[in-house]
Amino acid sequence: MLKKLALSAVLALSLPVSAAFAAGAEGHTHDVDFSFEGPFGTYDQMQLQRGLKVFTEVCSACHGLKFVPLRSLSDAGGPQLPEDQVRAYAEQNFEIFDAELDDFRPAKPADNFPENNGAGAPDLSLMAKARAGFHGPYGSGINQLVKGIGGTEYIYSILTGYTGEEKEEAGVTLYENTAFPGGWISMAPPLYGEDVDFDDGHSNELHHEAEDVSAFLMWTAEPKMMARKQAGFVGVLFLTLLSVLLYLTNKRIWKSVKYKD
Amino acid sequence: MSGIPHDHYEPKTGAEKWLHKRLPIVGLLYDTIMIPTPKNLNWMWIWGIILTFCLVLQIVTGIVLVMHYTPHVDLAFSSVEHIMRDVNGGYMLRYMHANGASLFFVAVYAHIFRGLYYGSYKAPREITWIIGMLIYLAMMGTAFMGYVLPWGQMSFWGATVITGLFGAIPLIGEPIQTWLLGGPAVDNATLNRFFSLHYLLPFVIAALVAVHIWAFHTTGNNNPTGVEVRRGSKAEAEKDTVPFWPYFVIKDVFALAVILAVFFAIVGFMPNYLGHPDNYIEANPLVTPTHIVPEWYFLPFYAILRAFTSEVWVVQIASFVTGGIIDAKFFGVLAMFGAIVAMALAPWLDTSAVRSGRYRPMFKWWFWLLVVDFFALMWLGAMPAEEPYASFSLIASAYWFGYFFVILPLLGVIEKPLPQPASIEEDFNNHYGKSSSEGSATSTPAE
Repeated sequence: MLKKLALSAVLALSLPVSAAFAAGAEGHTHDVDFSFEGPFGTYDQMQLQRGLKVFTEVCSACHGLKFVPLRSLSDAGGPQLPEDQVRAYAEQNFEIFDAELDDFRPAKPADNFPENNGAGAPDLSLMAKARAGFHGPYGSGINQLVKGIGGTEYIYSILTGYTGEEKEEAGVTLYENTAFPGGWISMAPPLYGEDVDFDDGHSNELHHEAEDVSAFLMWTAEPKMMARKQAGFVGVLFLTLLSVLLYLTNKRIWKSVKYKD
Repeated sequence: MSGIPHDHYEPKTGAEKWLHKRLPIVGLLYDTIMIPTPKNLNWMWIWGIILTFCLVLQIVTGIVLVMHYTPHVDLAFSSVEHIMRDVNGGYMLRYMHANGASLFFVAVYAHIFRGLYYGSYKAPREITWIIGMLIYLAMMGTAFMGYVLPWGQMSFWGATVITGLFGAIPLIGEPIQTWLLGGPAVDNATLNRFFSLHYLLPFVIAALVAVHIWAFHTTGNNNPTGVEVRRGSKAEAEKDTVPFWPYFVIKDVFALAVILAVFFAIVGFMPNYLGHPDNYIEANPLVTPTHIVPEWYFLPFYAILRAFTSEVWVVQIASFVTGGIIDAKFFGVLAMFGAIVAMALAPWLDTSAVRSGRYRPMFKWWFWLLVVDFFALMWLGAMPAEEPYASFSLIASAYWFGYFFVILPLLGVIEKPLPQPASIEEDFNNHYGKSSSEGSATSTPAE
């Protein structure tokens, strides 16, 4: 009996192996405590709004968010800007090519953030889920159970990981970065600190800006996170209750078979 | 049906009799649900219900996902994002479907190793075992093709690597690969046919499951002692068994509820833990990921595939003997499929007269080593193809084959089994502290 239980336990524990992957010359990812971590973590609305500002004023010069609808900026669980602000934000900041007009026009909430790959910059919609910050121990991925997968931490670490060193390789300037696998990244340092003035008066030091925009990118990647955690919690709660009832039912049913005399 | 003697359905009312004469469907359902089941089944006998549930979960969530998904290379990835962002509850549907595949494989591995430990594959249950292996193969095919559908980087490159295995077959390999892909490389034609087959195969699995259940309902369940239910008379059989309903239905549903609580915790709190981050990058045929890693449930066999490189002497001999027809790549493919064939052959490789591992003192050790070996292979499958992992993979692969082709046949000859209980009733009563004299008294009926 114990052995069989042990087998199921081992099977359950073995799951993390999947997330494992091999490390090359791996960068260092700094573990940041984000408000949305853990089963009950939620997005910090003000932080998402600050992150949106960093994205708009800095990142959007080269990067796009093509999977993110502008209207979702007013969705519950996100930056939750009022609808008129979203409309104004869309009009002021982005131009969309409209095939019907055969011309560019100001963006509307119904549009997505525009596609942009200036200088080969990747789309950032899903970046926070497309990278893993933590892999260990021994590539097993078990530490992700505690620390999370670490996509946001990876973005944060890239933004704060520049050493200031540069080199030229095949006509491309590379910048040394402690978080980037291999150590040299082609993206010039995007943030230096005090790049953006936050409306809520929050500090705009480099690491604060990096934190805020990383959190914002987690939201763009997983806009339904809070609803999902709630559904998960309700599911676990009801199933636990159901398990208790079924346990008692099972015990009752078997009683006459097991202890006949 | 030469099953365990038990009561059959008797139609009582006029309507019941009318239907029964024309279509005995109520009788069939009654016999299925009331089947006499060994009363000593332990918690490793819950996985069948979990697996049935998984199949239903995957089909139901899958059918709804299909309503919103677009199988086209330009649209697949964004249609998945559409499901995640715009479809009501779409994120839950997709995360349940993706993690449901993992639950399915956790359950199938537990189910298979249960069978291996208690000798459930032995006569007269070989057909049940073989059909089970076919279900497992169909599951792997379905899961592999399903993973291609989101059209992420791992989808694309996983498909490229795995279909490349068919290209390793000598002479006819490359035409077969082209035929499977619908072109020279993984592209829209591949995505479309994988989508079609991913929808078809679960229904093939459902049919195989029906036959699987039919087969073991004919032979009766195995049980932890491996001792058969006594079938001399109905009264005798009733001492060893209880009807499936309500005893095992309630027990299995209880286990299902506990497992689903864990499942919901994973879906709700860490739905991407078992996935690979690279699959959130849209497929790009021009950029190869640094490490192409399959899903966790394929890793043990992926490790076996990669273990046999051209430096291994077995491979060199095979290559020499066949005049180069079996090269390292083809050998790896043969080894990977051979590892599953080895499992399927277990009923004929195991020479022991004793069914359950519980009464096989030497077998136990080798069995648990096989379990460790399985997890070692799983870990190694995720590691890069370099030393020391390559050597470890080779050793672990060798043990996998050694277990089935050397250890199982030999153990039956050299092992001295422990005494088995005379009946399931005796085992059951010993466990629940009833006087064993009562058990042994009933186990030797005066005939």
